[in-house]
Amino acid sequence: MGFANFFRRKSSKEIAKDRLKILLISDRVNCSPEMMEMIKTDIAKVISKYMKIDAESMEIQITKTGTKGMGKTPALYANIPILDLHKL
Amino acid sequence: MSEVIVVTSGKGGVGKTTTTANVGTGLAAMGKRVVLIDTDIGLRNLDVVMGLENRIVYNLVDVIEGKCRAKQALIKDKRYQNLYLLPSAQTRDKSAVTPPQMVKMIEQLKEQYDYIVLDCPAGIEQGFQNAIAGAERALVITTPEVSAIRDADRIIGLLEANDFKKIDLIINRLRYDMVKRGEMMTASDVVDILSIPLLGIVPDDENVVIATNQGEPLVGNSTMAGRAYQNICERVLGKEIPFIDFERTISFWTRVTGIFHKN
Repeated sequence: MGFANFFRRKSSKEIAKDRLKILLISDRVNCSPEMMEMIKTDIAKVISKYMKIDAESMEIQITKTGTKGMGKTPALYANIPILDLHKL
Repeated sequence: MSEVIVVTSGKGGVGKTTTTANVGTGLAAMGKRVVLIDTDIGLRNLDVVMGLENRIVYNLVDVIEGKCRAKQALIKDKRYQNLYLLPSAQTRDKSAVTPPQMVKMIEQLKEQYDYIVLDCPAGIEQGFQNAIAGAERALVITTPEVSAIRDADRIIGLLEANDFKKIDLIINRLRYDMVKRGEMMTASDVVDILSIPLLGIVPDDENVVIATNQGEPLVGNSTMAGRAYQNICERVLGKEIPFIDFERTISFWTRVTGIFHKN
């Protein structure tokens, strides 16, 4: 491992943690990629009623956030680029 | 009042049988009346880990099918008078037993013993369902690896769905040297991900293999794993025991020897 690599490289422990976090969320909610795609199109449809959005580059994902009771609660994050706020 | 504990993990080879043997032996050493039940029908192993493989006459399936009484199938341990093993059947498969039959048998055993510890097979199929049926408390075993943690998370979900009162985590085979290099998840990383209470950390210790070779549980002896299992047993009984800082022990000796290695 070179000196330059030392700062750039993520330790394998960090990689394992990051992979697990994403993996377990999809395991827990039991949500297939197809279903995620359907949710995404439906959200885009609803938002499009009120403003002009870029549905192509829109992203949604399920992450873990905060603490509710004992475990951490999953949350649905949507990143929707707005093209024009005043469509109407 | 007796307690029925299932030792489970989802993934195979993470240390369920070793943990069952050591926790059971440790509880017996503290004066509790204990029965260990091997529920892995077709792949029995708890008997060899306990060093009792030569004494088997009847097994779990014989008891369930009414071929003998539970008392006849129970093998008394070599070391402790108050520790018994109910071995599994080697020539049958998981479908030989159903969850209601397990519940019924455990209810009978509960009358005479303080702790019933069940060694669960790997997987989430019928063998798992049989093992958890009569239990109210679970020890989930994992190693600090992605595959084992993923399976443990699935198991925790299933246990929660089955209304378990108490689900505790044991992290097995932790390597402090790798943790130090950032190449293995720490115990707190694992607890963070699985979010259930931590009951113990067992370091990766070659003495576990040696103990299994000899058929002698190592709980209570001076090895790192022996001390870790001893603490786990005390915590099973509800005592507040601080976690042993093996890392400090190791780095202390590294430092001591380091003095002589300098220059």
